Amino acid sequence: MSAFNSQLNSHSPTGPIEDRWTNHRFDLNLINPANRRKFKVIVVGTGLAGGSAAATLAEMGYEVTSFCIQDSPRRAHSIAAQGGINASKNYQNDGDSTYRLFYDTVKGGDFRARESNVYRLAQVSGQIIDQCAAQGVPFAREYGGYLANRSFGGAQVSRTFYARGQTGQQLLIGAYSALMRQVSAGKVELLPRREMVELVTVDGVASGVVVRNLITGEYERHAADAVLLCTGGYGNVFFLSTNAQASNVTAAWRCHKKGAYFANPCFTQIHPTCIPVSGDHQSKLTLMSESLRNDGRVWVPAKAGDTRAPADIPESERDYYLERRYPSFGNLVPRDVASRASKLECDEGRGIGNTGLAVYLDFADAIKRDGEDAIRQRYGNLFQMYQMITGEDPYRTPMRIFPAVHYTMGGLWVDYNLQTTVPGLFALGEANFSDHGANRLGASALMQGLSDGYFVAPATITAHLASGNVKRVSIDHPAFEEAEAHAKARSNKLLSIQGGRTVEGLHRDLGQIMWDMVGMSRSGAGLRDAISQIRALREEFWSEVRVPGENSHLNPSLEKAGRVADFMEFGELMAQDALNREESCGGHFREEHQTEDGEAARNDEDFSYAAAWEHQGVDKEASLNKEDLTFEYVKPSTRSYK
Amino acid sequence: MKLTLQIWRQPSAEADGNFEIYTVGGVSEDMSFLEMIDQLNRQIVLDGGEPVAFDHDCREGICGMCSMVINGEVHGPIKGTTTCQLHMRSFKDGAKIVIEPFRAKAFPVVKDLAVDRSAFDAIITAGGFITSRTGSAPDGNAILVPKEDADQAMDAAACIGCGGCVAACPNAAAMLFTAAKVTHLGSLPQGQPERRARALSMVQEMDSQGFGNCTNERECEAACPKEISVMTIAQMNRDYLRASIAGDEA
Ligand SMILES: Cc1cc2nc3c(=O)[nH]c(=O)nc-3n(C[C@H](O)[C@H](O)[C@H](O)COP(=O)(O)OP(=O)(O)OC[C@H]3O[C@@H](n4cnc5c(N)ncnc54)[C@H](O)[C@@H]3O)c2cc1C
Ligand code: FES
Repeated sequence: MSAFNSQLNSHSPTGPIEDRWTNHRFDLNLINPANRRKFKVIVVGTGLAGGSAAATLAEMGYEVTSFCIQDSPRRAHSIAAQGGINASKNYQNDGDSTYRLFYDTVKGGDFRARESNVYRLAQVSGQIIDQCAAQGVPFAREYGGYLANRSFGGAQVSRTFYARGQTGQQLLIGAYSALMRQVSAGKVELLPRREMVELVTVDGVASGVVVRNLITGEYERHAADAVLLCTGGYGNVFFLSTNAQASNVTAAWRCHKKGAYFANPCFTQIHPTCIPVSGDHQSKLTLMSESLRNDGRVWVPAKAGDTRAPADIPESERDYYLERRYPSFGNLVPRDVASRASKLECDEGRGIGNTGLAVYLDFADAIKRDGEDAIRQRYGNLFQMYQMITGEDPYRTPMRIFPAVHYTMGGLWVDYNLQTTVPGLFALGEANFSDHGANRLGASALMQGLSDGYFVAPATITAHLASGNVKRVSIDHPAFEEAEAHAKARSNKLLSIQGGRTVEGLHRDLGQIMWDMVGMSRSGAGLRDAISQIRALREEFWSEVRVPGENSHLNPSLEKAGRVADFMEFGELMAQDALNREESCGGHFREEHQTEDGEAARNDEDFSYAAAWEHQGVDKEASLNKEDLTFEYVKPSTRSYK
Repeated sequence: MKLTLQIWRQPSAEADGNFEIYTVGGVSEDMSFLEMIDQLNRQIVLDGGEPVAFDHDCREGICGMCSMVINGEVHGPIKGTTTCQLHMRSFKDGAKIVIEPFRAKAFPVVKDLAVDRSAFDAIITAGGFITSRTGSAPDGNAILVPKEDADQAMDAAACIGCGGCVAACPNAAAMLFTAAKVTHLGSLPQGQPERRARALSMVQEMDSQGFGNCTNERECEAACPKEISVMTIAQMNRDYLRASIAGDEA
């Protein structure tokens, strides 16, 4: 590994934390309304981050072009979020505040996030709710007409706003409607069914993108003054995850190869409550919202190898292990803690079901206490979804759940302005690494996506646009020629191999390596092994993959092949990052670094930094840059939920 | 299980299409319908053919991408589900299954089972929003919304924009889709200022996108995976009528 370079400047403001965002905004250059229309901004992605950013920038007067893979911006992966969105409104009068949300998020992230960013997130959280309510997002209400809340893991206050079990859908429809309003005003050019395949840089500055039109196969060039990458997370590197099928690392990875550093790629969130794997036909895993842990109790049989039906296991022979091990947070411990605890139970033979890789989530007590109707009101659609997939009725028998890959805290490294190490390229939402450290708290991704898109990027984008550093070129510039030629050559190569293995089969193999060795529990030896296995698989991919069809029409296999090819490179970086991080923190658990009772052992002395990797070429080790993290407010302590 | 599939194949929007027959084995009843098609596609690819193109993304019934007509039924035989939520335990071993794309003039086929639903985006662009600039909103609790109104709005807002209502309608009308949005926003206090203008311009756009007229068949409601009620259509008709009488600007 090459020596680390300390050039990374987070441009984080100093001074009292509560004034930083206000002061920073004042210090940023403004662009007057009449001049904004002279700037063209590309927004890649229409999830919560991209949809809200594109709409807001257009409202402010910028010329915006918006891209997404799906046939409509409304279908971005954000649509699937179920449980809710946090905000420190303190409507429940239970002691919440901006500071507490900030504190919970820094602590929940196991002290691996940047304090200034997290504070800002907490500060704008309330405005997000205001904005969404004004757009007509049908948040849950109390009888008096006021907004209702529920609790989520990692917090002892009730600060989560929700719209039944479809919060992501409703927030996304809100952002989408704001976006479409700008389409109708002529301020946004909307180009769905496009996949960004190259970032174009001129003298190292982001100047546009090349996208593939997924219907015609044509490569299209788009020049702009700034590019906002809002392309979501990379959980599908594991093949099985709760992410939508099109979620990918491609856009971020292509930017990484053009100079954007990738930060903390090994920080992956494994969500504790998902429907267990049922067979090798499976193409995705389905999340059962964390909100269920408000009322559901997690347990396993106290004796290993107990195969009785749940109803036949008396109370005294059940182990409600979360309540036992973490009495103060109980079933609402953060996700990393809950997931690891269930893995431990299963490793020790107390797992249930025919695979032994599941635990119970039981609603019997809640139904007895509040009645079936109340439970139906709260979780009706989730229960229905569960029944549809498993054929079992969770009102009668406990749910079976197991952890699954869900979210990725890592992402492109960004400074306080959300600008990457490529000037003019910004990253928003799950695509960046900014706010969640080593573990994200439930209901905080929606908050971050909308904070980035509605409030942060629209203000900070002037850090580039007014910097005098803008490189606007025509699409005939050699940099566009080159980027397009590169993208075409890659597709042609993929189509020409005609080997004996499907894209999906190779992806599945990669996923297995990642899950076994770069998943919930990692070791030095395993990670080294993973790296050599990934390299071998990558070679096999490029000699054995079979991609049917042609480039010149809708070709889902070709799209998928391009994404899997990038996962094959990216997986290695994840393993490298996990190998480098000789500590356990948040979602990253190194077997060598644990306390006596199996809890994560963090090493602040040596690893209180964000690891930002710089690409050196495929088959070469990336080089490490560190952003040192200092904690002026929330002093690092051993995270305890006991 | 082993199945016989009769699937609509059409190379592109311009090309003619036809049904092809396939057999697929090794289907487990825990598979989702789309996983069964994945299985078929693996087989086709390894045999040197081109897999069946179809739209899908979330595979959990919320994104609205998947869009198949299965044995003549939009999203298949189970009520209140999308194609991706349908599981093979709903079919018998040896079954013959006919699979077609959503068919409507306003939804041209892109390839095989994938169709172009951008006409829906056009309807939303015509007025499916509340004008509220980022940064201008009052405190969330400053606008009280009675719980019943919020619930009614939410019922309508559950629409996933899949287009199943259009595919099920003998006239290929987009009434349920449009009405769901009109009702969602019109049920809330925030949506009142633009209520009539919204109904008027969305209905006009619906017509100009080539959707058919509503003749109260109620097939849309029966097919809707989110079970959106046709009562929303009555609501939209009232708003539209009021707007027309008042001569509101669209
Ligand atoms: C099942 C599930 C439930 C969840 N529930 C919650 C919850 O209750 N609360 C919470 O806070 N968080 C939740 N999350 C997490 C949260 O939903 C996501 O982190 C968040 O929505 C990501 O938003 P985004 O805008 O960053 O990206 P996405 O919504 O993933 O959007 C990505 C966009 O980028 C586009 N795109 C991607 N690649 C390209 C490319 N190469 N070219 C062009 N376009 C591209 C896509 O088309 C899409 O429009 C949940 C996640 C899952 C999987
Ligand atoms: S694939 Fe998303 S609804 Fe079916």
